[in-house]
Amino acid sequence: MTGQTVVKAENLSLTFQTNDGPVHALADIDLTIDKGEFVSFIGPSGCGKTTFLRVMADLEQPTSGSICINGVTPEEARKSRAYGYVFQAAGLYPWRTIGGNIRLPLEIMGYSRADQAERVRRVLELVDLDGFEKKFPWQLSGGMQQRASIARALAFDADILLMDEPFGALDEIVRDHLNEQLLKLWAKTNKTIAFVTHSIPEAVYLSTKIVVMSPRPGRIADIIDSTLPHDRPLDIRDTPEFLEVAHRVREGLRAGHAYED
Amino acid sequence: MGAHKRTVPVLTVILAIFVLWYAGSVALNAKWAEDKATRAHVSLSFSELVTDTWSQDKPKLPTPHQVAREIWKTTVGMAMRGRAFSRRSLIYHSWITLSATVLGFFLGTGLGILLAVGIVHNRAMDMSVMPWVIASQTVPILAIAPMVIVVLNAVGIAGLLPKAVISMYLSFFPVVVGMVKGLRSPDRMQLDQMRTWYASKPQTFWKLRLPSSMPYLFTSLKIAMAAALVGAIVAELPINQNGGLGARMLVGSYYGQTIQIWSALITAAVLAAVLVGLIGVMQAATLKRMGMAQ
Repeated sequence: MTGQTVVKAENLSLTFQTNDGPVHALADIDLTIDKGEFVSFIGPSGCGKTTFLRVMADLEQPTSGSICINGVTPEEARKSRAYGYVFQAAGLYPWRTIGGNIRLPLEIMGYSRADQAERVRRVLELVDLDGFEKKFPWQLSGGMQQRASIARALAFDADILLMDEPFGALDEIVRDHLNEQLLKLWAKTNKTIAFVTHSIPEAVYLSTKIVVMSPRPGRIADIIDSTLPHDRPLDIRDTPEFLEVAHRVREGLRAGHAYED
Repeated sequence: MGAHKRTVPVLTVILAIFVLWYAGSVALNAKWAEDKATRAHVSLSFSELVTDTWSQDKPKLPTPHQVAREIWKTTVGMAMRGRAFSRRSLIYHSWITLSATVLGFFLGTGLGILLAVGIVHNRAMDMSVMPWVIASQTVPILAIAPMVIVVLNAVGIAGLLPKAVISMYLSFFPVVVGMVKGLRSPDRMQLDQMRTWYASKPQTFWKLRLPSSMPYLFTSLKIAMAAALVGAIVAELPINQNGGLGARMLVGSYYGQTIQIWSALITAAVLAAVLVGLIGVMQAATLKRMGMAQ
């Protein structure tokens, strides 16, 4: 860990103009993310956590303030393919095999065929899907499909992974398993991860930094640096340290009047 | 299993059609039979009346068995005598109509896909082309067909191409409408995903939009094929042409050969069913392979 800044947002605001008047999706966001951090964004619907992820990915434009990714604008970062984005739905193409789906961004980015094959093999191993290269998405369970979509985001050399509720549609048991795997993956690849979630245990279990957000306007209510050790077995969730951090997150959500209505 | 479930309803409908058809023959042809009987000063019993109405030479409404016999005689019958492509053979006429239909279908599909690609990718085309496409279909084809045929004939283009142009005119429309919808079917997430990979427009088109549009394309192609056949037949009607199912109907109507008209009509219907069925088979195979079967 070099302490190098990967994301730096200053005074960032985003207002959507709708027919019902302006919606302040993000207001005065100040946030710094260092290289190799695992940052979770948590908050109720409408708090702007997904919007902030989309601003980082250059899928939305801020109305004021500034944001730098790796020292350049989000647009330049996107064009240099600086991040992999994992959406809530796996979004695999049914007409492509798992291998073909992972190859898709590699084809777009113009990797050589040999390099493509090597990378597909490597990331499939990374997400524990070796042997599934020739299978089609419908032959895989929902959890396996989501792992394949993570593999796809890891296949090219992006050092930032943006994950928008990737496990939101999965059941608790699968989710626990994937959380554990994601931590191992993060340790192995040393990527910077920004992770949007609704779940307090998930945020606390995964993160080195938890950003608690509140709605109307979407802003940061609290930033919590996790005191948990880097090595986290699943049963760490029953320790007092874990519950302590979870408690702070809950306090942060309450302070942001998140449960007001 | 599905086929078995469908057999009974389909057979019931066919039976109902036959009953109505035979009853219709009796009702429509009875007057001629009675006039004949009056002139001959005989009176017909009911069974004599029915027999007569079902076996006239130029009935107002020929019966299914008369039409079937005529079709058999002018297809298999002539083929067995080695005259499948004689001018009196329905195989010959079907072939002429089929070639114009298929050529027009391919031209129309090509034009339709090109227009759809333009509409999806170009804002100016999106705003301007669609109203014209819709307007083109509000013009009655029966009014345009003779003009196109005559104009093209005047500049020395005759035979297959003018008919294919009419077919194309009718068949490009469903393809444009279906493909615009199909090429726009990828959802926002899929397009955002392409954006995060910094994919170019052509890459997004070939890797995402075009494969996603396949279910829409095949549905459109079925309609386009039926429309192309109608176009080819209509194009054969206005001036006396060198054969074709439309020309066969026209000649039949000159001489009151209702049985000939009906057999050309039924042949056209069978042709349409076979062509649309072929596309259906291709659709099922392609979509199954692509994991998009419904």
